[in-house]
Amino acid sequence: MTPPSRRKFLVLSSGIAATTVLPSTVRAQMVRTPLNNMPEVIRKLTGGKTINKGKVRLDVPPLVENGHLVPLSVSVDSPMTEADHVRAIHVFTERNPLPEMVTFRLGPRAGRAFAATRVRMADTQNVIAIAELSDGSYWSDTAFLIVTLAACLEELPA
Amino acid sequence: MTTANVRLDVPKSAKRGEIIDIKTLVAHGMETGFRRTHLGVPIPRDIITSFTCLYNGVEVFRAELHPSVSANPYLHFSTVATESGMLEFQWRGDNGFFATQTAQISVTA
Repeated sequence: MTPPSRRKFLVLSSGIAATTVLPSTVRAQMVRTPLNNMPEVIRKLTGGKTINKGKVRLDVPPLVENGHLVPLSVSVDSPMTEADHVRAIHVFTERNPLPEMVTFRLGPRAGRAFAATRVRMADTQNVIAIAELSDGSYWSDTAFLIVTLAACLEELPA
Repeated sequence: MTTANVRLDVPKSAKRGEIIDIKTLVAHGMETGFRRTHLGVPIPRDIITSFTCLYNGVEVFRAELHPSVSANPYLHFSTVATESGMLEFQWRGDNGFFATQTAQISVTA
């Protein structure tokens, strides 16, 4: 067995630390109940079309201490030509108050299918990036990240 | 037009056909609309909703922002250097927020 990468180790170990009761198999991708209407919003976006896995690479840190400022970048494997390019990249979350995070609209003039920003995370959760290609197909990537200090839902002192 | 504090990172010159990286930052609180004051009064939403990058008047990149985007929105994207001219950046948001900034780029063959 190869030793786990640093990234994998961080995800695994902090996952164990965060939740005391866990089944023996802790996976980087955990299933959590969505707190907003993300599945519905995604269905509306794609019009029920199949979302393929692959091509997209969503980069977020596996563990963030401050949910107010989480660097997020998305790149898509695409030649970005007039005939074959990425039209849009949508980023969704399942446990922020609203499922939509950010949408990047690009085209062949971007040269490279890449965009980055900084986002807020209200909870430990999955983030999903969906790329809309010029041929009308949809591709996605999901990333799981652990948040120790949440954004937006904190109670202000009375 | 507001006098928003904008930071840009755009190369001054590039070779024709080169992919250039553009980074922008604008000062804005991005109030989500989900927070309350200590008296329990909801704080209304006040965010930037859209960002556009024009290259000599032609749109090359656009972003739609939601409350999930952090305060002082930072955007990093790329474009192909096609010709010398002007890059224009526009931010639009709630309560009539509008900010714009330009950068010159000279493109060599």
